[in-house]
Amino acid sequence: MTSYEDGGFPDDFGEGQAEIAAAFRPAPGGAVAFFEQAQAGVIRSLVGQIAELVTNESESAQPDTDQSDLEAQLGLSSHVEPPDDPVLARLLPDGYSNDRDAAAEFRRYTEESLRSSKVASAQAVLASLPSGGGEVRLSEPECQQWLRALNDVRLALSVRLGITDENDDLMENLSVDDPRSAYVWVYQWLAYLQDSLIEALS
Amino acid sequence: MGVAPIEVEQPATGQETALDAPWVTVVWNDPVNLMNYVTYVFQKVFGYPKAKAEKLMLDVHHKGKAVVSSGTREAMERDAETLHGYGLWATVSHDS
Repeated sequence: MTSYEDGGFPDDFGEGQAEIAAAFRPAPGGAVAFFEQAQAGVIRSLVGQIAELVTNESESAQPDTDQSDLEAQLGLSSHVEPPDDPVLARLLPDGYSNDRDAAAEFRRYTEESLRSSKVASAQAVLASLPSGGGEVRLSEPECQQWLRALNDVRLALSVRLGITDENDDLMENLSVDDPRSAYVWVYQWLAYLQDSLIEALS
Repeated sequence: MGVAPIEVEQPATGQETALDAPWVTVVWNDPVNLMNYVTYVFQKVFGYPKAKAEKLMLDVHHKGKAVVSSGTREAMERDAETLHGYGLWATVSHDS
């Protein structure tokens, strides 16, 4: 586990970056934050990508047979193996660590609903965050959806950035020319944003 | 990240586990989830008081994993699925 201070935010940032560090604060019945257009764009893009990833993979992996239609109606998944994509594998982990059969059965019964709940969280963010930015006022249930969606984005980014140790100094490991360095900053900002939302609810 | 542990010890029946409960939900440490988020999730999902949720969070953080609930297999699978919904890495095991 980690805490947002571990990522070196916001002290390490230059002036321009510090200005765009939106954060939540408590509000009656939930939390409120103000997002610039660029911030809203980043969050909408990443959250949208998670929804797409979780949805597309689900559809393409479903064999088009009567059997799978029936299974879909029953909320069952045809998936029994962890996804090949390491991001998806992190978002949809095994439910048993030392029993392949039980893990397969768990996945069959839970993966579809887990995918649906992740898409629902992503959609809740997209519905409450105007693409042009602005004030975002969230109810407590919406805060939950935001927390889950922001967390999914951070999990996905961590896999792409190769974060395996909570003590990694990411900025030190990457040169400024590395295209991933921009995402390190986003990753840290989202930790800061998620942290602010948790504190707003506490 | 995303790689299942190769070797899994049966969870020790620690102070958080009812001794006679046959199934447990285990949460594994990871480098991404925020400590206060994990505490928040334990409070939200299990209704644990903040002190207990924090202690479990710290157990996960320092020991690599912790038993967070115990009961029937079906209940543990529901807990694991709920925790996966929050992005925590949870597994079910037989506490024998």
